[in-house]
Amino acid sequence: MDKFIAHSGTAIPLRRSNVDTDQIIPAVYLKRITKSGFEDGLFAAWRSDPNFELNQSKYQGATILVAGPDFGTGSSREHAVWALQNYGFKVVLSSRFADIFRGNSQKAGLLTVILAQNEIEDIWLAIEKDSTTQITVDLNSRNVEFKDATGNQRKLNFEIDDYTRWRLMEGLDDIGLTFTKIDKVENFEKSRQGFKPQTIPVKS
Amino acid sequence: MGKTLAEKIWADHVVTSAQGEPDLLYIDLHLIHEVTSPQAFDGLRMANRKVRRPDLTIATEDHNVPTLNIDKPIADPVSALQVETLRKNCAEFGVRIHSLGDVEQGIVHVVGPQLGLTQPGMTIVCGDSHTSTHGAFGALAFGIGTSEVEHVLATQTLPLKRPKTMAINVEGKLKPGVTSKDIILAVIAKIGTGGGQGFILEYRGSAIRALSMEARMTICNMSIEAGARAGLIAPDETTFTYVKNRPHAPTGADWEKALAYWQNLQTDADAKFDQEVFINADELEPFVTWGTNPGQGLPLNSVVPDPKSFKDPVEISAAERALQYMDLKPGTPLKQIKVDTVFLGSCTNGRIEDLRSAAAILKGKKINPAITMLVVPGSARVRVQAEQEGLDQVFLQAGAQWRSAGCSMCLGMNPDQLKPGERAASTSNRNFEGRQGKGGRTHLVSPLVAAATAIKGTLASPADL
Repeated sequence: MDKFIAHSGTAIPLRRSNVDTDQIIPAVYLKRITKSGFEDGLFAAWRSDPNFELNQSKYQGATILVAGPDFGTGSSREHAVWALQNYGFKVVLSSRFADIFRGNSQKAGLLTVILAQNEIEDIWLAIEKDSTTQITVDLNSRNVEFKDATGNQRKLNFEIDDYTRWRLMEGLDDIGLTFTKIDKVENFEKSRQGFKPQTIPVKS
Repeated sequence: MGKTLAEKIWADHVVTSAQGEPDLLYIDLHLIHEVTSPQAFDGLRMANRKVRRPDLTIATEDHNVPTLNIDKPIADPVSALQVETLRKNCAEFGVRIHSLGDVEQGIVHVVGPQLGLTQPGMTIVCGDSHTSTHGAFGALAFGIGTSEVEHVLATQTLPLKRPKTMAINVEGKLKPGVTSKDIILAVIAKIGTGGGQGFILEYRGSAIRALSMEARMTICNMSIEAGARAGLIAPDETTFTYVKNRPHAPTGADWEKALAYWQNLQTDADAKFDQEVFINADELEPFVTWGTNPGQGLPLNSVVPDPKSFKDPVEISAAERALQYMDLKPGTPLKQIKVDTVFLGSCTNGRIEDLRSAAAILKGKKINPAITMLVVPGSARVRVQAEQEGLDQVFLQAGAQWRSAGCSMCLGMNPDQLKPGERAASTSNRNFEGRQGKGGRTHLVSPLVAAATAIKGTLASPADL
């Protein structure tokens, strides 16, 4: 996983709530067995609408998605995260993310930042007024910086737990971290209750 | 202070914990399927890792498989490759798999309980958000993404932050014609699609105790639609009776040990939940969704709501968008809505009791000629059992289609899809835009409402027939 320290880019407003993972990528696009190529399926149902934000020329090249509340509800498909990354997004901002989607994004290195809904509104206004508005998301200082629609330079603080922040900033793979504690897993296995089911007999 | 059930199961599975870090949680059972596993197996191969506990892992094919002509090769080459990849991965890494055509094949959340692999007090994960289903047994069960699937395959653990706990108290007695599906739709309408975010739900109260295991699974299944990764119900005699004598249930002295442990799996009287919700079961009616998320639901006797009647501006715009997509006008009685398709199946309502309850309504009747009805058993074994009971003949004689097992039209990944503009009454779990096929419109209902709707042609409960 690439290290994430800070990112600056332009942004796309997505003024919709409850954008579930079936909207982010419909099930018919989930048949690939790789982690790449999912950008075609991103928001597939809306991509045929020329007014949809992703289709507007002024938002081309944007790397930050500014979404409505309850983004990523529904299915556990990590393909939703890959589709956003494959398309070129590095950061998603929202006032509320679904738990599984947020967990997946943090594993895959897509930064999901929670801001208050009124802060999201201010960012929407800024980028709708001027689509070239640069937004900087700094994981080190835990700040989102941009110039709002009234011309004021804004610095919004966001919360992220220290552990996830450290892991993203170091680009660390969770599995590798767990292997450093594998002796504890072995010890735990020795004390597991004997009546717990097995799917197949253990090979000796 | 005492502990909640969820806290007890969590504590029993912590491998190691440290200040400022997530707990490392041991996983008792890992269920896998074709869609969310291929990239995880690739990850193992790239890092030269093994599946740590193939004996705690089991695979089945469910999401993309056809429900017609299953004896022939899968027609869609991309689906076929995905299924073939699962078979190869399971062979290479020594994982048990139940493939299409095998009597144990079926929707992963129907297969686990059926085999007796789902038991109280376990931690169970699967790369599927409806893993919460297994919580009905008093297990801590939740959906995970593909990175986590790889993590569990490699280490049999997951680093996780402990969620808060929420009690959903459902007291009283359900009226005839009201089911556990109506309870959970009412819960989601009450707390919203985000209400359970960050929580494990525990369903409690006399109305929950009175439910069968399969009805409990329907409730826990849809915890995720309220935003909660997991939902559970304390195990009791109903649970123990259901598990006993299943292929993987403990036997002899192990059964006694297991039972002694399971009987302690209850929330302590002095435990405190972070949040509590109360639902009166006496007042519940058959429930149906009118919008495009599972929280947009109302009793079947209601009318389509006016978006302006909502207080929150976000809810207003969501309702406006939903009504436009659903092609519905405020004030229309829900019972006047005509449907084209009825889908009976899914991990929510594809079990034998669901098929029995719908068949009881359809017996000796014909479905409306304008309606296509698909009956898709949750597993091949459910299909066999239904045929032994003659339910297939009831459905066929009523004019419905009798299919093979799989996720089918719940998510429209196989050929079973709505066409643009088609409207379905569906016993599944999600009414998202295009979920059941691009441009398709979904009303979530119970199996009883599905059967009555199939006869009437408009959304209906058995009492309306």
